[in-house]
Amino acid sequence: MTMTKFAGYRRYAPGTQPLHLHPLYVSSIKRAPTMPLVHLPHTISEITGPSFGPDTIDIEACDLTNQHSGEPLGERIIVSGRVLDEDGRSIPHTLIEIWQANAAGRYVHKEDQHNAPLDPNFTGCGHMLTDAGGRYRFVTIRPGAYPWRNHHNAWRPAHIHFSLFGPAFATRLVTQMYFPSDPLLPADPIFNCTADESARQRLISLFDWENTIPEHALGFRFDVILSGREATPMETHPHKVPQVQSVGP
Amino acid sequence: MSVPATTWQTVGPFFSIGLERLYCDTLAGPGVHGERVEISGRMLDGDGRPVPDGIIEIWQANSYGKYAHPEDKTDHLVEPDFSGYGRIPTDAEGHFRFTTVKPGRAAAPVSSDGQGGAENRLQAPHLAVSVFCRGLLLRLVTRIYFPDESSNSEDYVLNLVEPSRRGTLIAKKISAPDNMAQSDGGGLTSLEWNIILQGSGETVFFDC
Repeated sequence: MTMTKFAGYRRYAPGTQPLHLHPLYVSSIKRAPTMPLVHLPHTISEITGPSFGPDTIDIEACDLTNQHSGEPLGERIIVSGRVLDEDGRSIPHTLIEIWQANAAGRYVHKEDQHNAPLDPNFTGCGHMLTDAGGRYRFVTIRPGAYPWRNHHNAWRPAHIHFSLFGPAFATRLVTQMYFPSDPLLPADPIFNCTADESARQRLISLFDWENTIPEHALGFRFDVILSGREATPMETHPHKVPQVQSVGP
Repeated sequence: MSVPATTWQTVGPFFSIGLERLYCDTLAGPGVHGERVEISGRMLDGDGRPVPDGIIEIWQANSYGKYAHPEDKTDHLVEPDFSGYGRIPTDAEGHFRFTTVKPGRAAAPVSSDGQGGAENRLQAPHLAVSVFCRGLLLRLVTRIYFPDESSNSEDYVLNLVEPSRRGTLIAKKISAPDNMAQSDGGGLTSLEWNIILQGSGETVFFDC
C-alpha cells in the first residue's frame, strides 16, 4: 500500500521565535502555557486556511491618513514591502491587517488610558491584499512611543502591528514593525523576547529613499517572511526497500 | 538561500482596532448544510482569572469534510456561502461564543514528519483554533473535537496527546439557554469548551 504523504510547512528556525514565557514581559507570566507543546504533524487542516477575496476589501483602507474629514497630525509615512516565503517566493493576494497608535502615542481604544490626545482624524487601522508580486503599500503617520506599566518607566518603542494569513493555517503571523535607530528598542521586553539577534533586527523597517515622496512623505520598507513549504516528500512504498549505495572505498 | 520566517510579536491589548472588522461569530448562514452547533466557553489565565483581551480564530471544514481551499483535493462539495473561518473576541468576563456547523471528517494525510500508521484514515470532526491575547508572544494552536463522536478514538492527532489531557480538546454537551433553544426551534446543539492557558486543566496546545 502507498502511504499518502505530502508537504507541510516548515517549522521555525531555532531561536528565531519567542518562547511563550518571557518573564520580563510581565503579562506572559500567567498566560504562557507551562506544559510542553504537542508536536502537530501538518494535516489537511493545517495546510489549508482562510482566504479573503477582493470583495471583502475596502480599497481605500490602505491609506490611514484618508479616513476622516481632515488630515491626521504627525509625520506622514509610506510603509511598503513584500510578503515572501522562506524561499523568497512572493505570496500574492494575501490579507494584511495593521493597527497602530497615533502620532502622540495614543490608541483609539477604551482601555488605552495614556494621557495623550486622540486625533479626530486618525483611527489607526488599515488593511489590504498583497498584489500578484506579494507587494503591499500603506500610507499612514509615524506612530508615537507610549508608556506602559510593565516595569518602572517602561515605554514601548514606536511600532505598527501587522497581521497576516498567508496560504495556510500554518502560515499565520502576527508581528510588529519597528523604526530604525529607535533608542527605546534595547529596553523593550517585547522586541527583545526573541533570542536570535538577526531575527530581532528583521523586525526593524529600513528607511526607504526609493519610496520617499518629495515634499510629501517618508518611506519605510518592511518585508514579511512567512513559513516556507517543506520539500515534497517521495511517496513511501513500505514493501520496496530503497537501494543504498555504498560510498567510497 | 532562505531567510527565516519573521518573528512573532504579541497582539497586545489594543488589537480590536485592527481586527474587529473581521469579527464573525456566525460561521454558517441559513443555507449551509449541517448540524448547527453553538460553542461557548471562557479563556482563563494561570490564576483562573478571565482573559478579557483575548481573541480566537476558527478554521474548519464544512459538514461534508471539505475545506474551502484549493489544496483540499477531495471530491466533496464546496459550499460558496461557507468559508470555514471565524474570529471571535472574548468579553470582559473572558467569555466567547460562536455558532457554526459540525464539520465532516476531513482527510488525514500527514506531512513527512508524521509517524505511525494512521495516515490514510479520516480525521475525527474538529475545528482548528488559534488563540491570541495580550501576554502571548505568539499564538497558541489547539483544536476543538466533539463529544459522543466514535471517530475520536481513532483520530490521528488526538492519539498524539496523552490520554489524561485529551479531554481538554473535546467540547462538552450542555443544555441550551432557553432563549437559544426557542429562537432556533431546538435545532441547535450547545457545547462548552474552555481555554485554560496555564495550570490545572491546562488546555493542550500544539507546536504547529
